[in-house]
Amino acid sequence: MSLYQLSRLLFELNRDRALQDAFTADAAAVADRYALTEEERGAVLQPDIGLLYVLGVNGQILMHFAAFRQIAWADYLQMMRDGVRQHGPVRDGVYAMTSGLDEKVAGV
Amino acid sequence: MSLVFTGICSHGPGITGRADLAPPELRDPFFAAYHAMRDALHATKPDAVIIVAAEHFANFFMNNMPSFAIGMADGYEGPIEDPDWLRIPHRTVRGDAALSRRIIAEVQQTVDLSYAEEWKFDHGIMVPLSFLDPENTLTVIPANINCQGPPLAPLARAWAFGEALRRAADAVPERIALVATGGISHWPATPDSGRVNEAWDREFLRRWALNDRALLTAYTDAETYADAGQGGFEIRTLIAAAAAARGPGTVHFFAPIPIFSTGCFIATAEIA
Repeated sequence: MSLYQLSRLLFELNRDRALQDAFTADAAAVADRYALTEEERGAVLQPDIGLLYVLGVNGQILMHFAAFRQIAWADYLQMMRDGVRQHGPVRDGVYAMTSGLDEKVAGV
Repeated sequence: MSLVFTGICSHGPGITGRADLAPPELRDPFFAAYHAMRDALHATKPDAVIIVAAEHFANFFMNNMPSFAIGMADGYEGPIEDPDWLRIPHRTVRGDAALSRRIIAEVQQTVDLSYAEEWKFDHGIMVPLSFLDPENTLTVIPANINCQGPPLAPLARAWAFGEALRRAADAVPERIALVATGGISHWPATPDSGRVNEAWDREFLRRWALNDRALLTAYTDAETYADAGQGGFEIRTLIAAAAAARGPGTVHFFAPIPIFSTGCFIATAEIA
C-alpha cells in the first residue's frame, strides 16, 4: 500500500494543467511515474472513485479529481457509497464514512 | 497602521457550485449576510486583506507540509478547480510581495512559518473572494493553517499565529483587514456531506463571540473529529481570527445548509 504515492499523483494532477493534458492523452504513462500497487493503479486508471475513497485518499484531493473527471456531485457521493459497499470500510486517513450506505444526508 | 477589520465566513465549494440546489429561504439570507460583510469590509478601506485559510491541497502536501504559511507574491491565480464545477471564473488576484515580506518578518518573531512566492487559490479562498470582492479590487495576502494533513498544530498554536498576525498588522503603516475562513462541524467530500452538528457549531460560535481563549482552545482533535468531523479541524483559522481581533464577536448568520455540505456562518469581531 502506497497511499502517499497515490495521493501525490492525484494532488499533482489536480493542480497541474500540463499533467492533466498528459493524463488525458495517456493516463497509464502518467501512472507509471508513481510507485503504485496494482490495486491503486487500476483505481486511478478506471477511474474507480469508490476504491480510491476506500484506499484512504483524502476527500479534498478525491473531490477535485472527480471534478476533473467531470463526475457530477451526486454521482461522486454515490460512487463512494458503492465503493464502501463493494470494498468495505475506508482503510486509512481521516475521511471515513459515518453515515449509512443508503443514507443521503443532503438528499443526494 | 493597524488591523481595521476581522471577519469569519464559510467557504464550501457547494456555496457557489451548487447554489441553485439550495433552498432559497436559507440561501438568500446567507448570501445577504455575505454581502453585508463585503460592504463592512470595504468600508474600512483596507490596503490589504489577509485571508487566513485552510487550503485543500492546492499548494501544500505531505511531502513538506507547513503548519503555518504566508504568501509573498505580487499576484495569485485561482481557482485551481474546474471553474464550471465551482462556478467561479478564473482570475488573477493582486498581491503585494513587499508588504507580505514585512508582515512575515514580524510574524516570524514568534511563529515558525513558511513563506511561498507561488500560491494557487482553491475554493477555500475563491468562494469568499467571489462574495467579498466581486470586482477583484482588493490586495490579498493569503495565509494558511494546515487543517488537512495530520499531525496538525495544536489549537493554542493557531491562537498564537493569530496574535502574531495582529502584531504584524499593527506594525505596518498600511490598513490591514483579516478574513478567516473555515468550517465548523462538517464532513466534506465524503458520503456524509451535508451532515452538520448544529449544537456543536452554536457552542463554538458562542465561544468565538466571547473571544475566550481557554474555551476556544479546549477542544482536542479526537473530540473534534468525533463531534465535528475532519472538517472541524478548520476551526484553527477561526481561532486565529479571534486572537487577532481580541474583541467580542457578533454572529450575523448561522444555518446548516446541507447541500452546501456545511453549516454556513458569517461573523465579525471588534478590534480591541
